[in-house]
Amino acid sequence: MNNISRIVVCDGNEAAAWGVKLSRPDVVAVYPITPQSSLVEYLSKFIADGELDAELMNVEGEHSVLSALQGACLAGARTYTATSGPGLAFMFEPYVRTPGLRLPMVASLVNRDMLSPQCVWGGQQDVMTVRDAGWIHMFCESAQEVLDTVIMAYRIAEHPEVMLPVNVNHDGNYLSYGVSRVEIPSQPVVDAFLGDKNVNWHAALDPDRPMAVDPLTGGADAEGAARFVAYRQSLCRGMQNALEVITDVHAAWRCASGRAFAPLVEEYRLEDAEIALVTIGSMSGAAKDAVDAARAAGIAAGVIRIKTFRPFPVEAVARAAGKVRALGVVDRAVSYGWNCGPVCQEVQGALYRTGRAIPVLSFIGGLAGADLTGAHFTRAIEATRQALATPPEALAPAPVWLNARDEGVLR
Amino acid sequence: MLDTPVLTAQDFKSDIKPIWCPGCGDYSVLTALAKACAELARPRESIALISGIGCSSRLPAYTSVYGFHGLHGRALALAAGVKLARPDLTVIAAGGDGDGLSIGGNHFLHACRRNVDMTYILMDNQVYGMTKGQASPTTAPDWCESKLTPEGTGISPVAPLLLALAAGVNFFARGFAGNPNDLARLIVAGINHPGFSIIHVLSPCVTFRAEQRAWKQAVHASDAAAPATLQTEALTRFAADDGFTTGILFAGSKPPFMPPRHAVRTAADFERDYEIACKSDSPSIGVSHLSAGPGRRGVTLPKSAIDLFNNATA
Repeated sequence: MNNISRIVVCDGNEAAAWGVKLSRPDVVAVYPITPQSSLVEYLSKFIADGELDAELMNVEGEHSVLSALQGACLAGARTYTATSGPGLAFMFEPYVRTPGLRLPMVASLVNRDMLSPQCVWGGQQDVMTVRDAGWIHMFCESAQEVLDTVIMAYRIAEHPEVMLPVNVNHDGNYLSYGVSRVEIPSQPVVDAFLGDKNVNWHAALDPDRPMAVDPLTGGADAEGAARFVAYRQSLCRGMQNALEVITDVHAAWRCASGRAFAPLVEEYRLEDAEIALVTIGSMSGAAKDAVDAARAAGIAAGVIRIKTFRPFPVEAVARAAGKVRALGVVDRAVSYGWNCGPVCQEVQGALYRTGRAIPVLSFIGGLAGADLTGAHFTRAIEATRQALATPPEALAPAPVWLNARDEGVLR
Repeated sequence: MLDTPVLTAQDFKSDIKPIWCPGCGDYSVLTALAKACAELARPRESIALISGIGCSSRLPAYTSVYGFHGLHGRALALAAGVKLARPDLTVIAAGGDGDGLSIGGNHFLHACRRNVDMTYILMDNQVYGMTKGQASPTTAPDWCESKLTPEGTGISPVAPLLLALAAGVNFFARGFAGNPNDLARLIVAGINHPGFSIIHVLSPCVTFRAEQRAWKQAVHASDAAAPATLQTEALTRFAADDGFTTGILFAGSKPPFMPPRHAVRTAADFERDYEIACKSDSPSIGVSHLSAGPGRRGVTLPKSAIDLFNNATA
């Protein structure tokens, strides 16, 4: 079977739209926001051209978008939306309800930095702000990975042992508008891969079993509290089950499509590495180039790329980190109050599993659309190497700000 | 006594060059607003201009008065907050149809109801310009040029005038960006009218709605001798309005919103109430919810009174 229908040159937003189209959603709802807007316009074109049989709702705001999709999903529809930054913030109220309702939605977050200051450019502060809302989060490095991950996301979300919404993250500007070669899988391959659609078996509009979903649950009495805790535990189980499901789905997709992506954590040139950079999203390409250059210069460096951020792959990160003696974690967001990037904070949590307190440096860059270049990563490699000789407790408890005004040559 | 410098319209513009598209109607709105400010002869620091998000919401950066670039749709809520904190300021909110009538639609209704003394400049081009041409709440259902809705939205547009009247707006004028002198006059009238005033500006987007160049021929002055002054009269007069009638269309006389102020109550007041309650058939009326600290209406209850009531009901 020919698993590729065609090869196109497109940006990440169009790649996501291709992935959605092939996954055959029933209802798409959207409100325009930069840098997402063109993504759903591509979907709209597929619908207008008769290539996708879906209802597209052009509603009055993101809060309505996700509310409408909750209704659609409860009624049995496969759904899709995409948003960015402030749109995600406005979506927050239905957003936090979606995992608890166990609605297996797929939505793209075209990552954008958060206000204020006012800003319309890329950054990952939007997604990092909702990291504990209960959605699964996967981050893509290339337009091809965006397309493939959107398709995989439906199978992960709708897996009966998971039943959780998935955000497929791709960086605003660099991935949303960056153009590259993309292979489009053939429809029969995707149809076979996704199988039958069954998104609301747990809360169906079933005339034989009518029920009111989500009544008040909890309270001070022991029974109410225990019932609420049971729902929370169930959500946690779904999240932990997702680690295995995500891994299995990536393996199945490799068989179906012929393309392989690391499901949880990608290890790049980590064998015999002394230090590693930890990256997430589109920055990883430049980091790998910098590592290649460092290797050519005799420096034993590698990259640990986080693909799945929720559930956080603690074991996989610990395993990768266990191979090196120092880490430099590069974030495109800030964890206020920890004075480091959020990925850095989480990686340090995972390091606890290794029982080794190795030096970890936090680098924060790429805010508000700033470019993270090979030079930034070369500097990060150098600083991380220097940290090898520094006891962790002697490291400055502050991030290295890439793109900062005092940085001179690297701007 | 120092002489107050006379400010010209130019003094109300900032040094920042607008980045609107060539031919955008919003340039004229900026000109009209600056002209109106000069005509009002108020110091720059006595005016606050609050916007939402969108092309037109860039307006504050281009003026030299107090400005705040708010959230998408939230300009009216922000502006009301400014006005309540500083009633001495002349508060102007500004934004587009996409901002003010979609995500901001709720605030639009409640700003009309609340009637805070401020002015809303609603720049309407019937399109989302900043996100590159999607249908807005005022777009006709059969507009097919958007990539998002290539077959039209199929949903009826919002008529800001009728919506505002139904929600109880106190002043509504409509102007055209192509006529900045008239528009400046309308803005002055709106600011001078007590309560919430809306200046609905037909402000063409020549980039995504090139056909709006024809608005110049479509606009026409209201043929009424005077603005309607009663809500029912205005609703009747404009029930079949074509959306291009300009001028002051409605000027009501509702008093501007003032937060209800309750006199601070003393222990004697509570004791008197208690006596009345004890004499009535329901001795517990009004006492069951008493607690220390600010009460429901922000009234701090004297502790002696609370003790009195709590002991009495124990």
